[in-house]
Amino acid sequence: MVDILNALVLFSNFVLIPGLAYGAQLALGALGVTLIYAVLRFSNFAHGDLMAFGTMATILVTWWFQSMGISFGVLPTALLALPFGIAIAAVMSLFMDRAVYSFYRKKRAAPVTFVIASVGVMFILNGVVRLIIGPDDQRFADGERFIVRARDFEAWSGLSEGLALRSTQAITLVVAILIVIALFWFLNRTRMGKAMRAYSDNEDLALLSGIDPARVVMVTWIIAAALATIAGVLYGLDKSFKPFTYFQLLLPIFAAAIVGGIGNPVGAIAGGFVIAFSEVTVTYAYKRFLGHLLPENLAPDGLVQLLSTDYKFAVSFVILVVVLLFRPTGLFRGKVI
Amino acid sequence: MSFLIGDGMTGGYGSADILHDCTIAVEKGEIAVIVGPNGAGKSTAMKAVFGMLPLRLGHVRLEGEDITALTPQARVAKGMAFVPQTQNVFTSLTVQENLEMGAYLRRDDIRGTMEQVFDLFPILGEKRRQPAGELSGGQRQQVAVGRALMTQPSVLMLDEPTAGVSPIVMDELFDRIIEVARTGIAILMVEQNARQALNIADRGYVLVQGENRYTDTGEALLANPDVRRSFLGG
Amino acid sequence: MRNILLFAAMFAALAAVAVFQSPTLAISIINLCLISAIMALGVNMQWGYGGLFNVGIMGFAALGGVAAVLVSLPPRPEAWSAGGLGLLSSGLALVVTGVIVAQIRKRLPASRMRGLITLLAVIIGFFTIRAFFDPATDAIEALDPAQFGNIGGLGLPIILSWLVGGLFAAGAAWVVAKIALGLRSDYLAIATLGISEIVIAVLKNEDWLARGVKNVSGLSRPVPYEVDLQEAPWLIDLANTLSMSVNELSSIVVRGGYAALFLIVLIVLTWAAERALRSPWGRMMRAIRDNRDAAAAMGKDVTARHIQIFVLGSAIVGVAGAMLTTLEGQFTPGSYQPLRFTFLIWVMVIVGGSGNNWGSILGGFLIWFVWVQAEPAGLLIMDAVTAGFGEDSAIRAHLLDAAPHMRLLLMGLILLTVMRFSPRGLIPEVIRR
Repeated sequence: MVDILNALVLFSNFVLIPGLAYGAQLALGALGVTLIYAVLRFSNFAHGDLMAFGTMATILVTWWFQSMGISFGVLPTALLALPFGIAIAAVMSLFMDRAVYSFYRKKRAAPVTFVIASVGVMFILNGVVRLIIGPDDQRFADGERFIVRARDFEAWSGLSEGLALRSTQAITLVVAILIVIALFWFLNRTRMGKAMRAYSDNEDLALLSGIDPARVVMVTWIIAAALATIAGVLYGLDKSFKPFTYFQLLLPIFAAAIVGGIGNPVGAIAGGFVIAFSEVTVTYAYKRFLGHLLPENLAPDGLVQLLSTDYKFAVSFVILVVVLLFRPTGLFRGKVI
Repeated sequence: MSFLIGDGMTGGYGSADILHDCTIAVEKGEIAVIVGPNGAGKSTAMKAVFGMLPLRLGHVRLEGEDITALTPQARVAKGMAFVPQTQNVFTSLTVQENLEMGAYLRRDDIRGTMEQVFDLFPILGEKRRQPAGELSGGQRQQVAVGRALMTQPSVLMLDEPTAGVSPIVMDELFDRIIEVARTGIAILMVEQNARQALNIADRGYVLVQGENRYTDTGEALLANPDVRRSFLGG
Repeated sequence: MRNILLFAAMFAALAAVAVFQSPTLAISIINLCLISAIMALGVNMQWGYGGLFNVGIMGFAALGGVAAVLVSLPPRPEAWSAGGLGLLSSGLALVVTGVIVAQIRKRLPASRMRGLITLLAVIIGFFTIRAFFDPATDAIEALDPAQFGNIGGLGLPIILSWLVGGLFAAGAAWVVAKIALGLRSDYLAIATLGISEIVIAVLKNEDWLARGVKNVSGLSRPVPYEVDLQEAPWLIDLANTLSMSVNELSSIVVRGGYAALFLIVLIVLTWAAERALRSPWGRMMRAIRDNRDAAAAMGKDVTARHIQIFVLGSAIVGVAGAMLTTLEGQFTPGSYQPLRFTFLIWVMVIVGGSGNNWGSILGGFLIWFVWVQAEPAGLLIMDAVTAGFGEDSAIRAHLLDAAPHMRLLLMGLILLTVMRFSPRGLIPEVIRR
């Protein structure tokens, strides 16, 4: 019995909690990608770098707050700086839309033209981020590090395995849930949100109904920038901020959006968790876990790790391929143009 | 002076004109129907009236005001509503949301208008929470017409509203359209089912190759032996 | 005429580097320009002829690089005797698993049951492969890990690897194409992005193959070594006549040798690509690109043609990747970065003129030149701009540090500017009827 509890605690500590946090971060990223796809109809390759840009802006404001002695008590100062980061990222997105994408929209260019243009934007954002904050790792989490410490948990429960809950993980989940609720409320209950869905569903009919495309596009960019910044800041708080890592997140984020069904917000969230849990469960070493559950003589010698951690990108990719092969529209029937 | 008139319209998409000096007009509370063989430019004439086709010559006037230069969106704001032939509902939105989107430009209380639409098409009231994409073809057409009525238009333009629906549904849809016309709305519609459409039409236009061939009341056109022979199959 | 002028301007710029900076630097830049041009040629085949959006260029280039290692390293029989059998067995297990899965999918009717059986077969297969594979690779990696720890190579001349690299890339491309080409263009982009990240991950982690992040250096060369040249009498004579130092001349000769080899490859590939473009096959490809549905309606097998061109283009990138590793004399999986190896090549193709081989070549030269020269130029500009801050200002130091990142910004600006104002590139596609 104790063994089973130990195994469960171990599993929660190394798979469940990290998977939930990572899944929430991916889901927020995938929501941004999927919204851009639904409304503007292209895969935005600059989304990872938009995340990096928004996070950088937030970090700079955080540092400024810290230098002024402003803090958020037990919570990270970055949460206080987040709205400013979002605003800066939104301004940047709108500027890029005005400078780059609006031209191609007017010409009704092919989606792939937008994708290549987004590669150009990706270069620019990447350059700007590295120019301002440099290519190195930045840690900007402050405040209380843990909600539950492994040692305290062991002492409290008497189990040999400890359960740690870092505050950044809890913050990630709480913020992600709030954001998703707010987003769905916006999309399903407000006039503008419904107009966005209508525009995404049938552009011509939306025009006939008097929906202003310019406003829809603007609101979409603002929301995408907000989602990107929030996802980026949560990821950075949980792990650390490094421009290149954010660029690499593009792959699992796209995988999440496509697996869920691109263009479908519910799918993006489901996809985020599918990808995150696949990555974590496949790269987790089950040696200790099985050690608790199996009788002593059957305990495994090796790490019992399906794949080395370095192959986590491969996991999202394989899932992506399987979904593309067997259900190209994704789990939640997105739109396939 | 007609309420809405596309007067001497000439134009097309490229260098070749599709419409040649074509005139279409409709009065308040009246139903005007455009019929003709395939490729006669029926839908094109309707699109020209709605501003979706560049005109080389001719004018479109609404209540005497020249609106030739206005975009379709601006015409919506002027009280014109258009129901396209295909893709005329937001499939992923619920019936009610479709109607709300129809009233997007209105800032006043739209609940009364929505009740009127539900009175006209009771099935929509029943299915108001269902995505429009899940409805049958006839019900979708009702959503499409309902969406257009939400702007409280003075003109309702329908592009082949009965395409692909069963005869029974077609009759019912025509009945509803007559009801709409009785409320004082001008109705301009393009129809493939010429005989049934002329039956309910106050005025009919027979177009051939982008030109007016016959223009008369619906009754007179149905009685005209030439029209019967050439366009109504005897 | 315009094109000749453009190329002339390019060579004038390179000549200026030779005069004002140094001839050695100029030849180094030329070498990478040549390789970039070949990569751009390959991508142009996929994009310009076929309209396929491949963002996995990095992966195909890295496959070429690993080919260079596996072809040229001396054989290591001891590694093979330690783990060869295991490797072969795991390979066999992989094949058997593949065959079983294929049979299951062919013989059984589609159902949930079939899915489960397939999954079970895959899982069993996976563990069987691992059962052979893990001990074998552990054994290989344990052998003299500081220096080797890998399976070695074939001990053949490295120049052969250019072909092998092309084959490796072609093989990988075929698999990707089979999976993703029937789908939408965005999905191909994501799929290629994914496969390239996986290729790099494999190369970084599978130490037994090419030592992973421990890198392989000191690869053999297709050209003589400087030290040998410096003792050759003809070179010493030539150095005297040119009144150059022997050291400098020897390094110029060596790099020139590489340049000559690369140039030959470029000429051959360009010739072949131009022939292909003008052939009925090329016309068909462009017809498919411009109107896929019409071509399909005319009975062209669009997907098969796409697979063909995707494999061909990737093979060319693989060749260039092998050439790059040959030039560097070392294989460093950590140095493969998507911005440099994938997206930079895209800038070359778009700026040069998609659909035009000469455009891609010019784009390869120009963009590589700008990429290399942007760093010192950025430093100079930053230095000038920040001079007002005073020598020990923190902002000045930070900006000087960050100057190299200017070139990313610059590439983005160049790409977007060309797309907007000259969407057909510097040398636009010639429309033939």
